[in-house]
Amino acid sequence: MRIVHNLSKDKLASLSLIIAVAIILVGICAPVFAPHDPNEVNMKLRYAGPSWEYLLGNDHLGRSVLSRLIYGIRPSMLWVLVALGISVGIGSVAGFIAGYFKGKADTVIMRLCDVMLSFPGYVMTLAVVGILGAGLTNIMIAFVVMKWAWFARVIRTSVMQYSEMDYVKFAQACGISHFKIITKHIIPVTLSDIAVIASGSMCSMILQISGLSFLGLGIQAPNAEWGMMLNEARGVMFTRPELMLAPGLAIVIVVSAFNFLADGLQVALDPQLRTSSKKLRTNEVEKSTYEYAGG
Amino acid sequence: MLKVEGIVKSYKTGGFFAKERQNILRNISFECGSGECLGIIGESGSGKSTLGRLVLGIEKPDRGTVRLNGENVLHRTVRLGHLSAVFQDYTSSINPYFTVEEAILEPITAQRKSRAEDRSKVELLLNQVGLNPSYMSKHAHELSGGEAQRVCIARAISTEPECIVLDEAVSSLDVSVQIQVLKLLKELKELYNMSYIFITHDLQAAAYICDRIIIFRDGQIEETVEAQRLKDVQSPYARKLLNSLITF
Repeated sequence: MRIVHNLSKDKLASLSLIIAVAIILVGICAPVFAPHDPNEVNMKLRYAGPSWEYLLGNDHLGRSVLSRLIYGIRPSMLWVLVALGISVGIGSVAGFIAGYFKGKADTVIMRLCDVMLSFPGYVMTLAVVGILGAGLTNIMIAFVVMKWAWFARVIRTSVMQYSEMDYVKFAQACGISHFKIITKHIIPVTLSDIAVIASGSMCSMILQISGLSFLGLGIQAPNAEWGMMLNEARGVMFTRPELMLAPGLAIVIVVSAFNFLADGLQVALDPQLRTSSKKLRTNEVEKSTYEYAGG
Repeated sequence: MLKVEGIVKSYKTGGFFAKERQNILRNISFECGSGECLGIIGESGSGKSTLGRLVLGIEKPDRGTVRLNGENVLHRTVRLGHLSAVFQDYTSSINPYFTVEEAILEPITAQRKSRAEDRSKVELLLNQVGLNPSYMSKHAHELSGGEAQRVCIARAISTEPECIVLDEAVSSLDVSVQIQVLKLLKELKELYNMSYIFITHDLQAAAYICDRIIIFRDGQIEETVEAQRLKDVQSPYARKLLNSLITF
């Protein structure tokens, strides 16, 4: 509750949160909000401009751009969220084991992460798509395979820092079980770090999946996806630039919202209670720039 | 009661494939009787805190054993409720998300004792360490150093353990608070008949509270001496240590 309260003081962050939640809700209830069937072809309305019936106009097959935009939320955001959840989950488990138990488990997991992280992200994704074939599921698999290692790394650093705390040592000395120590002492303090890095990397994943769909490797036609909508509009880029505007803006808005939300979360989760938050923050900044660079 | 036998501990220096090891503790053996206060005195880096962690069973010795009533402390069920600790750094000794009540109850709930009397138990403990029961709902950052350390002591005695390891427990407090906490520790020891392992670099504090003092140097026991006969130490290092004390 404290987090929500802190976040509400930051106008930009609360606006971003509202936008993100609203978009997610619209995506989940896409059939309710979409005025038309996104795949309904109507050649009479080819490249039609905005009208009351089709608020954002129609694309090269006369399909409603607005409906496609709304249905596009599902692969662009909801599935990305799922992939993010899974990779954060795997990364957390690995990171907690490595950071808490240290020693051999740490060495094995970290070397595994090193191997995973030594591949450039896009190359791995392309390789997985090349092996399993194009499609949203395969890209998701590639994402999870690639991303968990990065999360494991960051979470491990955070866990290590907190597992050195005296209250953890005290709990260990008293004979409290490791599982209880992790759930009661380490998860609550690291949760904020995990939330921040997860919302930060959400952006890069949205961009990547749009990028891959733009290349035609992601979701397959005729399903709607923002990156693919951009690709479809590419042919008429100079005669009908407005067709690129809608999906382009949608991506920009979502990515900015998550970026601002990540920034806001960092501030909101920084109580004066936290002793080492400064150190951690610089750590995170370094990591996230690293991630963007690594793609 | 607490018996340390032939403990050896070394740490790897350098990287993953490094073979070099730095010996921190070399063949330490001592015993701490029931109700005794055993002081362990040494300079920074002499390995006394490492010894504390090994006694607490948080870390595994390379060789040797630490036994509490004949059972190895590495098993957590042996430690549960029988062994406890107070550490130096009061700022990180209490989980920032916990209230004082939750912090004190943590070891008790781990033992799964009845819940009904928990609140009154916390009140009693707070009274015993000289804090008002209204502190119960406070968080760690609202406490001063001395108060936080008192909460840590209350937490340590909550299960009425047989032995408490006090690792530099008073070293980071200012002098006036130090003496209060030392007095408190002395009283509590009489009350619960616990034994203390008092790890410190402060000879005066150790002389005040301990029955027996181990002088520790470079991972080895230099000399063991009764606190009353501290002036009669034999080894040159212990003599040097005594002479380097500032007297007013």
